[in-house]
Amino acid sequence: MSTLHTVNKSPFEKSSMDSCLAYAKAGSSVLMYEDGIYGAIKGTGCTQKIAAKDGVNFYVLGPDLKARGVSEDKVADGIEIVDYAKFVSLAAENDKVQAWV
Amino acid sequence: MSEDIKKFMYLNRRAPYGTIYAWESLEVVLIGAAFDQDVSLAFLDDGVYQLVKGQDTAGVDMKNFSPTYQALGDYDVTKLYVEKESLEERGLTLADLMPLTYEDEDDDWAEKDSIRVVSRAEMADIMEEQDVMFSF
Repeated sequence: MSTLHTVNKSPFEKSSMDSCLAYAKAGSSVLMYEDGIYGAIKGTGCTQKIAAKDGVNFYVLGPDLKARGVSEDKVADGIEIVDYAKFVSLAAENDKVQAWV
Repeated sequence: MSEDIKKFMYLNRRAPYGTIYAWESLEVVLIGAAFDQDVSLAFLDDGVYQLVKGQDTAGVDMKNFSPTYQALGDYDVTKLYVEKESLEERGLTLADLMPLTYEDEDDDWAEKDSIRVVSRAEMADIMEEQDVMFSF
């Protein structure tokens, strides 16, 4: 069973991202959106945890990056920037969506 | 109008857009600016994200309220304390923030920076000096 995990809370304010990373298994995907995009900025404790997570695909929603003034070159390596259409595709391609709200 | 001026501090600890806190704080600051108090703003924890430059909300169908911070100087809100540790923990530096300035009437209207990056220890001291805290 493949799962799309979604995180929409800042990893610096809530434990949603930490919990997601603790439960996401190899072969699953994690999409950061809304305030969750702050977890994708390189050079933080959060991106270190992401880099250490093998076999999980990481995505971040581009429009939410732009809204918050986070340029694409600030996003850590290994995290793919996606648009709303890709968000829908990911939801459709995976067997289920697990939201870490 | 009362003569005794109090030190008011607005404490901003939330990111913009994900919740309404940041925008509400800005609105209360602008309303409060009419009351002739000694106002300062503190940005710490996720509050530092409020001042990140280059915000463009066209793709998420929300109002970009970040240009409003530029107006604070005209309302004599000229002390924006940003905590250094909060920036660093989030991979940010002063260069990632909007340049915000005011014209100092006591110094021949010289243009000065409103943002003052302070350490956590300095921020604690500045908070200690306040008469009233408003938390957002």
